[in-house]
Amino acid sequence: MVLVLALGDLHIPHRASDLPPKFKSMLVPGKIQHIVCTGNLCIKEVHDYLKTVCPDLHIARGEYDEETRYPETKTLTIGQFKLGVCHGHQVIPWGDLDSLAMLQRQLDVDILVTGHTHQFTAYKHEAGVVINPGSATGSYSSITYDVNPSFVLMDIDGLRVVVYVYELIDGEVKVDKIDFKKTTTSNA
Amino acid sequence: MKKKKHHIISLMKYFHDFCGVEWLFYDLGVDEFSALWINWSSFLLTCFCLRYLLCTVGSVYIRSKEAPAKDVLKDLIEMCRGIQHPVRGLFLRSYLSQVSRDKLPDIGSEYEGDADTAMDAVEFVLQNFTEMNKLWVRMQHQGPARDKEKREKERSELRDLVGKNLHVLSQIEGVDLDMYRETVLPRVLEQVVNCKDEIAQYYLMDCVIQVFPDEYHLQTLETILGACPQLQPSVDIKTVLARLMERLSNYAASSAEVLPVFFQVEAFAKLNIAIGKVIEAQDDMPVYGAVTLYASLLTFILHVHPDRLDYVDQILGACVKKLSGKGKLDDSKATKQIVALLSAPLDKYKDIDTALKLSNYPRVMEHLDNGTNKEMSNVIIQSIMKNRTYISTAEKVEALFELIKGLIKDIDENHQDELDEDDFKEEQNSVARLIQLLYTDDTEEMMKIIHTVRKHILTGGPKRLPFTVPPFTFSALKLVRRLQSQNENVSGEEAAATPKDIFQILMQTIEALSSVPVPELALGLYLQCAEAANDCDLEPVAYEFFTQAYILYEEEISDSKAQVTSIHLIIGTLQRMHVFGVENRDTLTHKATGYSSKLLKKPDQCRAVYACSHLFWLDEHNDMKDGERVMLCLKRALRIANAAQQMANASRGSSGSVVLFIEILNKYLYFYEKGVLQVTIDSIQSLIELIKQEMSGENTTADLSADAFFASTLRYIQFQKDKGGVVAEKYSPIKAEFAETS
Repeated sequence: MVLVLALGDLHIPHRASDLPPKFKSMLVPGKIQHIVCTGNLCIKEVHDYLKTVCPDLHIARGEYDEETRYPETKTLTIGQFKLGVCHGHQVIPWGDLDSLAMLQRQLDVDILVTGHTHQFTAYKHEAGVVINPGSATGSYSSITYDVNPSFVLMDIDGLRVVVYVYELIDGEVKVDKIDFKKTTTSNA
Repeated sequence: MKKKKHHIISLMKYFHDFCGVEWLFYDLGVDEFSALWINWSSFLLTCFCLRYLLCTVGSVYIRSKEAPAKDVLKDLIEMCRGIQHPVRGLFLRSYLSQVSRDKLPDIGSEYEGDADTAMDAVEFVLQNFTEMNKLWVRMQHQGPARDKEKREKERSELRDLVGKNLHVLSQIEGVDLDMYRETVLPRVLEQVVNCKDEIAQYYLMDCVIQVFPDEYHLQTLETILGACPQLQPSVDIKTVLARLMERLSNYAASSAEVLPVFFQVEAFAKLNIAIGKVIEAQDDMPVYGAVTLYASLLTFILHVHPDRLDYVDQILGACVKKLSGKGKLDDSKATKQIVALLSAPLDKYKDIDTALKLSNYPRVMEHLDNGTNKEMSNVIIQSIMKNRTYISTAEKVEALFELIKGLIKDIDENHQDELDEDDFKEEQNSVARLIQLLYTDDTEEMMKIIHTVRKHILTGGPKRLPFTVPPFTFSALKLVRRLQSQNENVSGEEAAATPKDIFQILMQTIEALSSVPVPELALGLYLQCAEAANDCDLEPVAYEFFTQAYILYEEEISDSKAQVTSIHLIIGTLQRMHVFGVENRDTLTHKATGYSSKLLKKPDQCRAVYACSHLFWLDEHNDMKDGERVMLCLKRALRIANAAQQMANASRGSSGSVVLFIEILNKYLYFYEKGVLQVTIDSIQSLIELIKQEMSGENTTADLSADAFFASTLRYIQFQKDKGGVVAEKYSPIKAEFAETS
């Protein structure tokens, strides 16, 4: 059982002052093995904070990130799964699942984590799963109205991944979960 | 003689066993001890030891109850008069005090006698105390002037001997509030004042405060405060007063039942007056001292009268008065105290609103030097962020920005702060985060807040604008959204603020970034505004924002990587716009495709161009579906990909990656599925063949990721075929078997 935190689009300090306190109290150091971050932190303080939650931190660059050296895309393998991270402003039309599916094929990953729209989605298609953890601070987005703060926790166990999405709605943290099973496809 | 010697020694032994006075022998110096043995007559004349014995005897006598305690004690204390040598006298009387302690004729004690009061006991202790103090003070004046320091050190070591008497007094059961007020305190203070000795006065005042209960202090405030101005000017009275106030503050905090007493005795008024007098009297008191006093009094108020903001403001006002005429403070001790003074209300009230109501608060801050002013401003911001309180009116925002103006702009134009770059960033990021907390649901008030914030951040200069303009922008855009939803509900009324007004403000504000300059940031902000204007159906406004963004792109953004990101933002935003009429749309699209094909690196060009294809096909708008131009873009992208291959051949002797072709293939499939007629099966098929060809060519470098990409694309095609229904029909003509790759 490997826990992977997926979050992004915090936009601190441009659009939000801090993570919601209820989220902060949940993100306890030492419980999570990996963090994949879709970008737009935007400042070093946020990077440092995430590092304290888990030192294995993977970040893809968002267009407002202060650190210009984050990569445009990143791939990593966790257990039986290949994960890919990309902020998503590079994939046009923004939020279009078919276009994201193309990126997923290109990166050759089972799970693609992407952001930019500030809206949580978890979508299964032929090539795998696309997950958008939304905005962890619920910050303004030109694309999505009424953004609720959200993040995703993935529990990877063998060929199965359980995706937990945590959303802050009207001051309460609501949890939902989705199951995905990987079919062992033969790669040519 | 020998007999007497034995006698004395056995007597001493007897008392030693009885009263544990063996320390007597240790206390004797070698000289004295030998004198004791050698010269009996001088021993007897040395009365010193004899008086110790007498004390011991006396205490035993009291215990035997053969005579009333008060009489014996009276005799003993008289007897002690004989020793006028300060150190010896002190020790002797200290011994007397110690040995008589449990034998005082206190109420309820077995030695009470027939008086119904502890007066005798009190009288005894007071007398002893008075005499001891006199002896102690006398030490100061003995010996040559050059040994003064040594003497003062010795005195300091002996002070507890004197202070212990006060402790004994506090333990006497019969000393109730009345006796304390009528007798004990006045007598003690009388001695303290009359001795005119700085060391004694300071120590004893402090002793009185520490030793007697707080309830007594409350009831005798006037008396004890009345003594303060009578003390020697060199006494550190501020520390004494500070400790008194500290004790009373803690007492107030200990229980709610206690508070009414504070009000009843008008504690604050008395303390305030006393402090005022002290500060007035000591004209040369350093600023640090005065501020410490005010800080203590402020803590007192926060504990006892937290609701009385007028008191708090009064103290700050007194502080300002003391500081006036001194300009900016240079003294780090004083500034530290001022920061403590100013932080206290923040910690107590946890709500910046309250601190903002204190009219003297900003005035105190003015006296801080720039560095400390900024430090204090940071403290204020941290306090706001910790409590996550929103600042909800323009007035409060104005007051707040006045307070923290050291962070908002350069106060002293001549003096540039050499602030470390990282520190400056952190500081400005705090300000940015603060801007997020300036908010109210009331849209009209929010508009005023926007105006206020804008006014202040524009004074920040090029250094600060990149930090403050983005949060301001998004704050304003959030307001636009709220107005949008409001207008939907409330129709027909003239709204005070309209989105159009806000866009105007935004245009001007983002323009200010050109002075820095940060073109990429500004471009991003312009596009955000354009999209918001699009949502408000304001075509000219949206067009203007796009124009500004394009101008920046053309004139200011020359870095390749930055160009790629900017292009993505431009195309992505433009793709979502529905407000433009045909003409405007065409102009903007034409420009975007132009920029795309002029990117430096061929792969970037290729990708940007095929991204542009999406500009010609909007799902939700049937009149914005132009299959021909979609195909034009894709074909153009293909040409660029070809050119890229040729370049790779020419420059490196090997063919480049086929990835671009595969990407374009995926786009073909995308539009094919959408029903773009110009994307024919033939075109798809020939592209597939082309890719296969390229991948199996002689000079091909193996590219695993490209292989995998192609394979998964073909898999996708197969998957669609397997779906059945309309989709399968569409896909069935496409031949897409897995190719054998080397």
